[in-house]
Amino acid sequence: MNIVILGCGRTGSYLAKKMVMEGHQVSVVDSNRTSFALLGPDFAGELILGTGIDEDVLIRAGIENADAFVAVTNHENTNLMAAQVAKYTFQVPRAICRVEDPARQEIYRNLGLEIICHTIWEVAKVDEILAQDK
Amino acid sequence: MYIIIVGGGKVGYYLAKSLIESNHEVLVIEKDPQRVNVLNTELGVSILEGDGSDVTFLEQAGASRANVVIAVTGDDEDNLVVCQIAKHKFNVARTIARLNNPKNRKVFRQLGIDVTVSSTELILSQIEQSIPAHLLVHLMTLRNAGIHVIEVEVPADSPAIGKPLRELGIPADCIFSLVVREGKESIIPSGDTMLQTGDHVLAVASEQGEAALRQIVFGEKVNQP
Repeated sequence: MNIVILGCGRTGSYLAKKMVMEGHQVSVVDSNRTSFALLGPDFAGELILGTGIDEDVLIRAGIENADAFVAVTNHENTNLMAAQVAKYTFQVPRAICRVEDPARQEIYRNLGLEIICHTIWEVAKVDEILAQDK
Repeated sequence: MYIIIVGGGKVGYYLAKSLIESNHEVLVIEKDPQRVNVLNTELGVSILEGDGSDVTFLEQAGASRANVVIAVTGDDEDNLVVCQIAKHKFNVARTIARLNNPKNRKVFRQLGIDVTVSSTELILSQIEQSIPAHLLVHLMTLRNAGIHVIEVEVPADSPAIGKPLRELGIPADCIFSLVVREGKESIIPSGDTMLQTGDHVLAVASEQGEAALRQIVFGEKVNQP
């Protein structure tokens, strides 16, 4: 698969390395050059410097031939906009997007985006752990 | 009308001020506490401190009874999300987003934002509808110089039609650079050039020059923001 990942933080860099290891073609986009250090010196994917809501940057990252787009920057509105650009402008088959706010997850899921909300997962996990003590 | 403005920077400030003067009910949502203080002392409207793209704050602001939500922060992605949440969660009839990067216009339109604008005046015209949309568009503001590059469409009832430009009393700080006429070659205007209905005029003007231009082309006095 051709995968474009937006945001080279903890999640983005970890995901990128895993996807490369599994044999996928990966490009990572970040607006901050130093973030790419998290990928390590041996990373075999493409690095693209630029803002992920800019169509030209996404084109440079190969979005026109991408099978999946994953938006995991620390700014959830950037993720939401980029994922919509990927899905509706570039018709990427899978556009996955991370948010923090459960309310935004619900709204954008209804609008047809694939959303991951780590807040909901974390709360569920804590709840599950505490439930074991009862 | 009840109007919620998200973003209390310069655009939000002047927009709120003008809308209050036109007797609209206005609430401004602003993230930065320091900016909130400034707005509180200078504007005297309701200011809500918080993230305008968060459902909680929009709810507190009474978004479900708002007639218009206008997002004028400095980040296009925030403006987009504010408008989408207002529309899809609170069923706000009219959403207006400020575009910082004109390249995003197509995307915003595709994603269902009613109106996108790149200057305070155009937002005002959309709300008040005293000036039909898109007759005057700011193409570019030259930094620090206070000079704007403007595109004006000449309406059918323009008092400027049929007279040579030299007779229109165009001031020195407003220069007509190009006249684009549909189906014809573009004209670099001289004093003898005469405007026609539907002409697009590209002009370079200072603030005062722009006001004069409005008067010349639209025949009306427009309040300075």
